Amino acid sequence: MKKSEVLRSLKINFANKALLYIILLTGVYIVLFPFAWMLSGSIKANADVFEYPIRWIPKAILWRNYIEIWTSIKFGLFYFNTIKITVVIVILQLTTSSLAAYAFARIKFPERNKLFIAYIGTIAVPYQVYMLPQFIIIKKLGLYDTHTGYILLQAFTAFGVFLMRQFYMSIPEELSESARIDGLNEFGIYRRIILPLSKPALASLGIFTTVMIWNDFLGPLIYFTSEKNKTIQLGITLFMNSYGTDFALIMAAAVCSMLPILIVFFSAQKFFIEGIATTGLKG
Amino acid sequence: MEQIIDQYESQKRKLNATMRNRLTAYAFILPNFLGFVAFVLVPVLASFVLCFTEWDTSNPIQFKGLGNFLQLLKDDAFITSFWNTVYYTGAVVPLTMAVSLGLAVMLDKKLKGAKVFRSIFFIPYIASLVAISVVWNMIFSPEAGPVNSFLRSIGLSEPPLWTSSVHWAMPVIIFVGIWRFVGYYMVLYLAGLQGIPRELYEAAEVDGATAWQQFRKITLPMLTPTTFFVVIMLVINSFKVFDQIMVMTQGGPGRATHVLVFYIYYRAFQVFEFGYASAIAFVLFLVVLTITIIQFRMEEKWVKYM
Repeated sequence: MKKSEVLRSLKINFANKALLYIILLTGVYIVLFPFAWMLSGSIKANADVFEYPIRWIPKAILWRNYIEIWTSIKFGLFYFNTIKITVVIVILQLTTSSLAAYAFARIKFPERNKLFIAYIGTIAVPYQVYMLPQFIIIKKLGLYDTHTGYILLQAFTAFGVFLMRQFYMSIPEELSESARIDGLNEFGIYRRIILPLSKPALASLGIFTTVMIWNDFLGPLIYFTSEKNKTIQLGITLFMNSYGTDFALIMAAAVCSMLPILIVFFSAQKFFIEGIATTGLKG
Repeated sequence: MEQIIDQYESQKRKLNATMRNRLTAYAFILPNFLGFVAFVLVPVLASFVLCFTEWDTSNPIQFKGLGNFLQLLKDDAFITSFWNTVYYTGAVVPLTMAVSLGLAVMLDKKLKGAKVFRSIFFIPYIASLVAISVVWNMIFSPEAGPVNSFLRSIGLSEPPLWTSSVHWAMPVIIFVGIWRFVGYYMVLYLAGLQGIPRELYEAAEVDGATAWQQFRKITLPMLTPTTFFVVIMLVINSFKVFDQIMVMTQGGPGRATHVLVFYIYYRAFQVFEFGYASAIAFVLFLVVLTITIIQFRMEEKWVKYM
């Protein structure tokens, strides 16, 4: 290749790269705009929230907004409720679905396929379809407007069993065989061999569930009517309805409602993104 | 004689083993299965019965046969919410697909900071939709929001009223929907792209294929399985749109953003017509089922492996 040709291809390459970055950065701007605007608005005086051109760093920083939201509404209670519900559901979900998935993946028994199809079949049915009979069951059980009712609904999903089963299937059978020869029973194999190997899958399921429950809106909207039971997502809408024009406060509340989930995501994004990439495609 | 006894013994052992396996398996499954049956399986099955009834949950249940469905055909609110859902889906599916595929292809190149970009694009998917919808509502606020302030500053004296306008409310909801889901589908596409053997591109390069030709002739066909999955997921998720509508427009203005799930919610939990709401839900289920079946049929025909 002549020197001028090399130079030209380098130039094209550079122009391509630059264009790529411009497009990507535009994307980043659109994606992050509401978050940045929310953060900046949350420490502004209410009158300055809509200032244009946008002043990203406010003249006077009002941390006070963050204190005010905890005192003007039962934000702390909503926070506590959400954490409690999320933790209990994640624990139930991880223990029961990893146990069930073990049987579906590693034990041969006659009704295995039939039972598993019952699980899989429900994955295709949208939640919005069976939420009505679910509501009636919970109401008849006297669990309407209780955390227990909501927890029971969310803890036993087909998705959890399916995800764990897919993972267990990928663990070589020889591992179980040699453990059986060493005299371990099925529970021992599950506890000592399979479970330690499935930390990544458990982490993925745990994070998925956490994000889903923390952000759930429709479920709490249906089930929690009394204020003492409400979760953070309902808290935000409650806040909006009672402080509709206190935009800075609403923004501070919005930031607080998202912060824990963003921290969870950034500290464990590997499990999350890889979980989607693998199970998503197999789903 | 001895042979028969042997056979009998071995069969007994086999049966015993099966029985033991069965018991062990059930012990593993039971904790999850009980909850699953009571709170998922039974409700799923019950939803197919409930749609043929009339029930407010306190008075006795009444069977109506196809009554609910006949009523649906004449129900303007239902028809509007159905077409609004189709409108939302029709816009969200192709746009989200195009943007997420574009981003994935760009990030699949050996690019500095690709991982950072990937994480950033993913954030909207995990951020709580309720909080972010509140913020988008302010951003699109007709009087003072930054979008309209910007439009005014470039000389548009009467910018759209966005969520207060019958014509613009749905586009705003669509925009927020795309904004939220692009990162998720981008991750799916990235996984798909990683499955394409690099040699294909190398060979194409040797043959002098341009980047666009490589995209058309290698990337797209090799991605068909991913694309099918993405389309199914997108259509199903779009038909279930609710949160951003409930927070941003409450179905309004008028019925401009009335969608199926919104109408189910309204009929069940505001008016307490569980039978009728179930019939609407059943329509949602039929749509989801039909699309899944069509997609699987098409997949057999269209998916191109090498």
